[in-house]
Amino acid sequence: MVGILEDKDRIFTNIYGLQDWGLEGAKARGCWNLTREMLGQSHEWVCEQVRESGLRGRGGGGFVTGFKWTLMPQQFSERPHYLVVNADESEPGACKDREIIRNDPHLLIEGCMIASYAIRAHTAYIYIRGEYVAERERLEAAIKQAYAAKLIGKDNLNGWDFDLHVTHGGGAYICGDETALMESLEGKKGQPRLKPPFPAGAGIYGCPTTINNVESIAVVGTILRRGAGWFSSFGRPKNAGTKLMAASGHVNKPSVVEEAMSIPMRQLIEDHFGGVRGGWGKLKAVIPGGVSMPMITREQAETVLMDFDDLPRVQSRLGTATMILFDEDTDLVRVIARVSRFFKHESCGQCTPCREGTGWMWRVMERMVTGEAEMREIDMLLDVASQVEGHTICGLGDAAAWPIQGLFRNFRHEVEDRITSYRAGKPHVQGAALVAAE
Amino acid sequence: MSVRRLSPDQPASFAFSKETMKQAQWWISKYPDGRQQSAVIPILWLVQKQEGWVSEPAIRAVADLLKMATIRVYEVATFYTMFMLEPVGTVALVQVCGTTACQSRGSEALLEVCRKRFGPDSHRSADGKFYWQEVECLGACSNAPMAAINDRYYEDLTVAGFEKLLDDFAAGKTPPPGSEIGRQGSSVLGGNSTLNDPKLYDGSAPKGIKKLPNAAPKGKAKAPVA
Repeated sequence: MVGILEDKDRIFTNIYGLQDWGLEGAKARGCWNLTREMLGQSHEWVCEQVRESGLRGRGGGGFVTGFKWTLMPQQFSERPHYLVVNADESEPGACKDREIIRNDPHLLIEGCMIASYAIRAHTAYIYIRGEYVAERERLEAAIKQAYAAKLIGKDNLNGWDFDLHVTHGGGAYICGDETALMESLEGKKGQPRLKPPFPAGAGIYGCPTTINNVESIAVVGTILRRGAGWFSSFGRPKNAGTKLMAASGHVNKPSVVEEAMSIPMRQLIEDHFGGVRGGWGKLKAVIPGGVSMPMITREQAETVLMDFDDLPRVQSRLGTATMILFDEDTDLVRVIARVSRFFKHESCGQCTPCREGTGWMWRVMERMVTGEAEMREIDMLLDVASQVEGHTICGLGDAAAWPIQGLFRNFRHEVEDRITSYRAGKPHVQGAALVAAE
Repeated sequence: MSVRRLSPDQPASFAFSKETMKQAQWWISKYPDGRQQSAVIPILWLVQKQEGWVSEPAIRAVADLLKMATIRVYEVATFYTMFMLEPVGTVALVQVCGTTACQSRGSEALLEVCRKRFGPDSHRSADGKFYWQEVECLGACSNAPMAAINDRYYEDLTVAGFEKLLDDFAAGKTPPPGSEIGRQGSSVLGGNSTLNDPKLYDGSAPKGIKKLPNAAPKGKAKAPVA
């Protein structure tokens, strides 16, 4: 058998868009089935089932989704509750939510309705990144179908008044952070807010808000339909369920696939993505889930499992489980320099360590690509990275530091070789060391 | 962060077209009363669709429409990198992804193509027809390398294919977006490793589940609704 998960246990059955994305097709694949019965249960029942299923946030955070919902106020007040779906998929490497939005939009819409019911919200917004123009049009069309069929809207067939709106961003990675997303949704610059207050207390428009990733929401309908026990039967304890995983970079068949959590990374790559270009032995490094996750080596990739708790064993993280692979011929220093440039470009400029640090780290990384640096600058760079990490309002500072730390943890010798050979070819003149420093 | 300024060359005025205004009102209606500011990004985007870029008079017009201070709209227009702050090409806006996943599959060659054809990054070509820029990840990593041309994604590009695309645009054609190698979405040419079970698509899926598992016993089911 290929992989671990069987076809009958896949939630996203149209992930390649080979079937009808519309309402009829979605219904034939099982979507919108028993939705009314689910909403006939109590709010608490929905939260409890989702918590029991072991679903953890699929956007990389890994927070228990059912538990997150119970953090919302348990009664109604004059402040309405909101559900916001984070479809601002901007992390380099991540390309899974896009496939849900354009190919299985009704699973997402159904999930929005159930989640809104669980948190007592009558309105939900899907915040999609601005560049996904075609995907946004598809989603709008699917929502229109759902309204026309009276599945959502006022006095709908499912018995819970529910309005769903799509809104979009303007090309800012930072808006993937939940508080920045809320600022952006309110029509401001996407600069993250300090927590507390947490969104469950004061989110968009100062009202209680829950923010979830697209995938976390889109799986909810199927979890309730097939039972929490079904979902939690996949993966290791505390890492339950199925998950969309993707590969890009130097694999033979870059694609997106739904697999059981905790599948060994090597099996995932070889069974579904056609293996590494040139064979497994050619693999040099893997970034496990979006570029902010530290890279790991082939030896580590050999044994590591794709879940929240095993990747930290090799000092990395699952993130969004969308891997980027690099073969032997890759210049990893150059790769990380490009990653640093990305974070320099995407820093929102609010916190000084990140605004100044990301640019500084990028400039030093660029010099390390050519080797035009001093040995001691490696430690200086790591020192600065650790001063950015954890000293900013949101996680972008951490995200900018981790790839650099991952590079030097595993491939420090490459940078050292480069610095040495750069110097080797040059005649030594007095003061050369000073010129190299910035 | 990226530093962005308004263009020194600004038109004298800006007016919403009828269609833009209609859509702008639709966006405003999505948000609660008094929260019309939420529509600022979508409306600036509509303005950009109408004019090709976002000018200073347009920023003022949007501020008036949404009853916002001009500086707040200015802030948004300069913060979000999707808004073009200077006139773009008359034929196509070419945005090539240069970030890691695309870089590892050859986007640097695509960037070189643009440089050769159109000149430096973030500039209009000499004939004024094209404007190109290197952008950060566009979220189509399994289909790398890719470029967005006039907001449509062209994926799995090769240098030759990309050149041909640009030739087509220059000739006034609009090639269909999607994968250059002809695959649907992120599916694998020559057969996917998953989703091959015909039972998934014969309509049996909803029939198999008739009752909600783990449902609470009747009577306790309905929660008190305030």
